[in-house]
Amino acid sequence: MIAVENLIKDYGSHRAIDDVSFSMEKGEILGFLGPNGAGKTTMMRILTCCMPATSGRATVAGYDCFDEPLEVRRRIGYLPERVPLYDDMRVSDYLEFVAGMKGMTASSVPDSVRQVAENCGLSDVYGRRIGAISRGYRQRVGLAQALVNDPEILILDEPTVGLDPGQIKEIRALIKDLSGRHTIILSTHILPEVSLLCSKVVIINQGKLVAMDTPENLGAQVGGSSRLLLHIGGPPEQVETALGQVSGVTSVQRDGTSQVDECRFFVDFDQGQNPRKDLQALIAENNWELMEMRSISASLEDVFIKLVTRED
Amino acid sequence: MNIRSIGLIYRREMGTYFSSYIAYVVIAMFLLVTGYFFYNLLASFSVISFQAQSNPMLERQYNLLNINETVVRPLFGNISIVMLLMTPLLTMRLIAEERKSGTLELLRSYPVSDIDILLAKYFACLTVFLAMIIPTIVYPVLLVILGEPEIMPMVTGYLGLLLLGATFISIGLFTSSLTENQIIAAAVSFGLLFCFWLLSYSIAFVSADLGKFIGYIALNEHLESLAKGVLDSEDIIYYLGLIALFIFLSLRSMESRQW
Ligand SMILES: Nc1ncnc2c1ncn2[C@@H]1O[C@H](COP(=O)(O)OP(=O)(O)OP(=O)(O)O)[C@@H](O)[C@H]1O
Ligand SMILES: [Mg+2]
Repeated sequence: MIAVENLIKDYGSHRAIDDVSFSMEKGEILGFLGPNGAGKTTMMRILTCCMPATSGRATVAGYDCFDEPLEVRRRIGYLPERVPLYDDMRVSDYLEFVAGMKGMTASSVPDSVRQVAENCGLSDVYGRRIGAISRGYRQRVGLAQALVNDPEILILDEPTVGLDPGQIKEIRALIKDLSGRHTIILSTHILPEVSLLCSKVVIINQGKLVAMDTPENLGAQVGGSSRLLLHIGGPPEQVETALGQVSGVTSVQRDGTSQVDECRFFVDFDQGQNPRKDLQALIAENNWELMEMRSISASLEDVFIKLVTRED
Repeated sequence: MNIRSIGLIYRREMGTYFSSYIAYVVIAMFLLVTGYFFYNLLASFSVISFQAQSNPMLERQYNLLNINETVVRPLFGNISIVMLLMTPLLTMRLIAEERKSGTLELLRSYPVSDIDILLAKYFACLTVFLAMIIPTIVYPVLLVILGEPEIMPMVTGYLGLLLLGATFISIGLFTSSLTENQIIAAAVSFGLLFCFWLLSYSIAFVSADLGKFIGYIALNEHLESLAKGVLDSEDIIYYLGLIALFIFLSLRSMESRQW
């Protein structure tokens, strides 16, 4: 559906994208991850035909972004990073304008505008001037204009920035709901968002692609070991030594804020091993109290930090 | 070219012109200044006419009692100068504002070609310009009521003003497409307009051939002949050609900008 081959983009002498290739299939949700200035927005601008690449090819829905921009634009909905909107228009007028610009028939415009406004939670501000609504609502209007004609492909640059937690949940649900029928690229700094939404992650750093995989595989690839958090009621020193002797456990760390008779421990063990049963048995044997046991797998955050700092 | 997109952008632009009061303010100032000029021309004409009653020499010596020469032609000259000062204020925002706010990026992610965007904006600005120039028809109408001016030079004069304004706007559209800063857009279009305008001053100092050429490319020379009531297709082609040229240049500048 979307294919990028050996893409390079220079801003003057500054190389913002350096030989990136990736592709994605219909129905996938691809998450773009990278630190500030990595080139995520630049990539999205190229895919939306806002500007040409210096070299390389980008095709969207089978059309070349450079040669047939109009065909590409007919099939995409784009939410830019800054959410640029016409402040002097009413939300309703603006969405109708966008629907018309995207070539919807005049008769289908009112219904789809009302529908998308409802889906994006805009009913409260429907008749307000865009310049007078809050940041979060702006973001929703931006999302609504991308979705209004129900395009095949959605390109969303940080779609949940500036929303309140409830709304973030709703918008994520909305995006999740759109997957399958739509192909979606989104960029974000919120790592859990990627694990929640995306079927594929592309991590870029300083314009270079450093990893591309499913969120699960990436976690496995980087986390050589796994970690458990244990909260145990018992004499801390004794517990610590005992835990260290369980087979498969590579290291035990005591949490600093321990009391006399209870403590939290981080237990690392080799991947593939499962010492949970043994740990439970050990605790029962000594008549300690197991207050909490939770696995902390190598989060995407760890992966991210590892990948983008690996080069230096 | 997609008429529907052009219509939509045109309507949106008109909305901005009027909701931001730009159109009202510029039109009001334009009418204030041109009205003041008209009043003065009329006042001095009536003073001269009054003096001529007691001093027949005055009438014979100069062509002063010809209302076409003393009121109509200077009036068109004055209106065109005020236009030159006012149109950059209307055009400076056309592209620069949207480039700065980023809405241009979003607009260009819709299936609309750059030429549609430019034409829509051009015609929106032209409409505001018409709204600015049409009320000035009151002045010649007053002259017709009060005196007996020739009608033809006034009709062709207005055609000239219209073409001149349309050319100013295409130049302003071009300068606005060069930058994201409205002040720079306005400054550059003032500069370009004045240059085109003042070119005719150098005709006297250069060789005859060059003078002829300069006379041809100077903006105001063509207005002169139209204001005299001479309808020459060459003048009309000159203005239309310039308009097409600057719209084309704007298109190139839109396409080549990589921001
Ligand atoms: N218009 C521009 N002119 C020159 N350099 C630019 C321009 N836009 C971006 N850059 C540079 O290109 C690089 C990539 O920028 P980009 O905006 O794509 O990063 P990003 O990954 O979207 O960052 P963020 O997470 O902060 O949004 C940066 O180093 C930036 O300085
Ligand atoms: Mg960005």
